[in-house]
Amino acid sequence: MYTVAKNTKTISFALMAIGLIALIFGFTNIAEFFGIETDPHRAWTSLMINNYFFLAIGAFAIFFVALQYVAEAGWAITLKRVAEAISSYFIVGGIVMIFIIIAGIMHWNHIWHWMAVGIMDPSSDIYDPIIHGKEAYLNPSFFLGRAIVYVLGWWYAAKKLKELSMKEDAVGGLTNYKKSITVSAIFIGFFGYTSSMMAWDWIMSIDTHWFSTLFGWFVFSSMGVTGFTMIAMLSIYLKRKGYLEYVNENHIHDLGKWIFSFSILWTYMWFSQFMLIWYSNIPEEVTYYLARWDDYNFLFWATSAINFIFPLILLMSRDTKRNFSYIMVVGTIVLIGHWFNVFLMIAPGTLKDHWHIGFIEIGMFLGFLGLFLFVVHRALTKMPLLPKNHPFVDEAKHLHI
Amino acid sequence: MSNKLVYGIYDDEEVLLTAVKEIRSKDIDIKEVYSPFPIHGLDHALGLKRTRLAIAAFFYGALGCIFAFAMTYYIMIIDWPMNIGGKPSFAYYLNMPAFVPILFEMTVFFAAHLMVITYFFRSKLFPGQTASNPDVRTTDDKFLMEIESDNDKSISDLMKKTGASEITVKELT
Repeated sequence: MYTVAKNTKTISFALMAIGLIALIFGFTNIAEFFGIETDPHRAWTSLMINNYFFLAIGAFAIFFVALQYVAEAGWAITLKRVAEAISSYFIVGGIVMIFIIIAGIMHWNHIWHWMAVGIMDPSSDIYDPIIHGKEAYLNPSFFLGRAIVYVLGWWYAAKKLKELSMKEDAVGGLTNYKKSITVSAIFIGFFGYTSSMMAWDWIMSIDTHWFSTLFGWFVFSSMGVTGFTMIAMLSIYLKRKGYLEYVNENHIHDLGKWIFSFSILWTYMWFSQFMLIWYSNIPEEVTYYLARWDDYNFLFWATSAINFIFPLILLMSRDTKRNFSYIMVVGTIVLIGHWFNVFLMIAPGTLKDHWHIGFIEIGMFLGFLGLFLFVVHRALTKMPLLPKNHPFVDEAKHLHI
Repeated sequence: MSNKLVYGIYDDEEVLLTAVKEIRSKDIDIKEVYSPFPIHGLDHALGLKRTRLAIAAFFYGALGCIFAFAMTYYIMIIDWPMNIGGKPSFAYYLNMPAFVPILFEMTVFFAAHLMVITYFFRSKLFPGQTASNPDVRTTDDKFLMEIESDNDKSISDLMKKTGASEITVKELT
């Protein structure tokens, strides 16, 4: 059984404390005494970005566990519990997300432009006929309802898979394994639709006029990179603490391949979306990129370069994927790069050119990181780190590539 | 120089793999192993050097990328400048996104084809080549180990001990 090291606990609480200060500074005007400029709109955006970033990691971990079941794959069984622990963070992020959505509907925040009062009212000054045309899909009750369906659906799958896995440890046999496959198959079908819809709802509808048909996959590939990276980094951390006896460089090598390939998939999506819009140059499409090009120029190009070139060059060789320290360094770069990717998906639509990356953003990132580490480590203490009755556990122990 | 070739036929790849390990641990050089399919871990057991095909692939890809760059630059900028999406900028870097698919495809094309050609070349595979495996059954369900030695008696015994089902000795002339 795993016990959380005292240092880890202290660090996660310290990070949460920083996050709390950032939250207070962001939403009140206490910070003005310290000469920090704040604005609740900026704080809401920062809350949304950082919550979404970790929520995506949690959601992807559910997908990862389900994927191994559906593919009847054996290699990842020795680190399955790490992914399961990460998946238990999802519900925390989901609850905060639903809170942000309710706050949007109550007009406490203005993250989603289409929620503004009077935007769908023809007699209003700010009436927008294009947004009014989307009312059937983008209306507060349906929007909130969908969000609740995604969060509850994914959370239920995560819970069910974890329960079946624990039952399998206790009872043995193949019944629970077969049930897990059924649950996973249903979940993956559900996730296939809802992950795209989640991306349209929560992120794409911020820039309400604009739409992109591959946006769901673009968001999914970014989720994939961060999810695999987090699983790899947490496994290496636990390995270094002396746990996960049966995880070795072969498993990390496979995860490294996933990080590498998903980084390339992300670039592919990024570029496919960008090039078609750049090429055709249609006003209603190109505004999305102009907002980024004009006000976020350096960040926009730097993010796509970081998320492509670093994983491409640094993870190309076999030796680097098998080196724990190397994966930790590349993983850190990739996580930071994809945080900026999330920032660039959300901030230009909500803050326009009034964006900052300062204490509020970094502080809230650290706060959510602390919360994430706390929840995940607590989940790890509640289960044995090796699923002992899984039919493929021996295959995973002897993985050799 | 040794003048005898010993062929040991094995029925199972796991037996072969342990046999290779055992024979190599006695400092006997295995000349070649013939198998109908790739055996996982055999290259390591035989002490083969890691393939440099991956490094070659990188350079082939880079070559393809440079070729595509030269091609698009000559065709689209120097020889016959074209108006791309209402952007008649006549500069390579400003039209660059339009050329990325070509750069990408050419990189893949060069890497893939040249890699296959290199592989065939290094394995001495070309049209008209006659099969070099000593026993045709190695293309079906048997595994063959080939050792070059003067001391064919002890080698044969060792092969028998490690599970060979059939041993033939051939004089080299």
